[in-house]
Amino acid sequence: MIRDLRNPLQRARGLGSAKDGVGHWWTQRLTAIALVVLVLWFVVLVLGLLGHDYQAVRASIARPWNALLMIAFIIAAFWHSVLGLQVVIEDYVHTRWLEVTSMIVIKLLAFAGVLAGVLAVLRIALGS
Amino acid sequence: MAQTTRPLSPHLQIYKWQSQMVTSILHRATGIALAVGSLVILWGLVALSMGPDAWASFHAVAASPLGLVLLFAWTWALWFHFINGIRHLYQDAGAGYAISTFIKASWFSIIGSLVITLATWAYVFMGGAA
Repeated sequence: MIRDLRNPLQRARGLGSAKDGVGHWWTQRLTAIALVVLVLWFVVLVLGLLGHDYQAVRASIARPWNALLMIAFIIAAFWHSVLGLQVVIEDYVHTRWLEVTSMIVIKLLAFAGVLAGVLAVLRIALGS
Repeated sequence: MAQTTRPLSPHLQIYKWQSQMVTSILHRATGIALAVGSLVILWGLVALSMGPDAWASFHAVAASPLGLVLLFAWTWALWFHFINGIRHLYQDAGAGYAISTFIKASWFSIIGSLVITLATWAYVFMGGAA
């Protein structure tokens, strides 16, 4: 009696019919957990900076812990955004070339965004 | 386009609106809004790194009436996605699937996000920062 029609190798790989397993799902949750902490930190930071002038805001972001957490926040936020937008696009964009093109555009934009954000924080932190 | 003479499966307009479907739709909508909003955070950081003039331009836009309305909307989007996201993580762990719990948790996401948003902006205005 055959109970499972899947090839044993297929089951051992654990990648399922979508061919990439649970990687997307896990990364979305992992970045979500990171963002729970980072968003709270970010909101407290911004609320604390209200009404301060340019020098004060810049000096605050330049502090090592703030710079470090800001870079973590940027990476986690953009990564989480790409994963989320990917699900939306896969669900609603049914024209294949449009689906692929929007994913490429979103990923490149997010990558550029992360680079620009990290460079900005580094310039602020290192004073250049 | 597909021919639609054949019968189609029921869509949004035929269902009775429920808090569970509202939170599901809002989670996606706020997620998209936050992805766009992250570009504004990016603009702020880049402006801060460029110097006082660039920062002043950013600040002028952010503190303009339209800027404040958008920031208020983004604050709600953030808190809704935040609370509802934690609810999703809780459900991902396999908990809270009883229908009554599900409905209560959905309302908690909606009402809780509005309360925290108002509290956040009350702090902004009472801090005398605006």
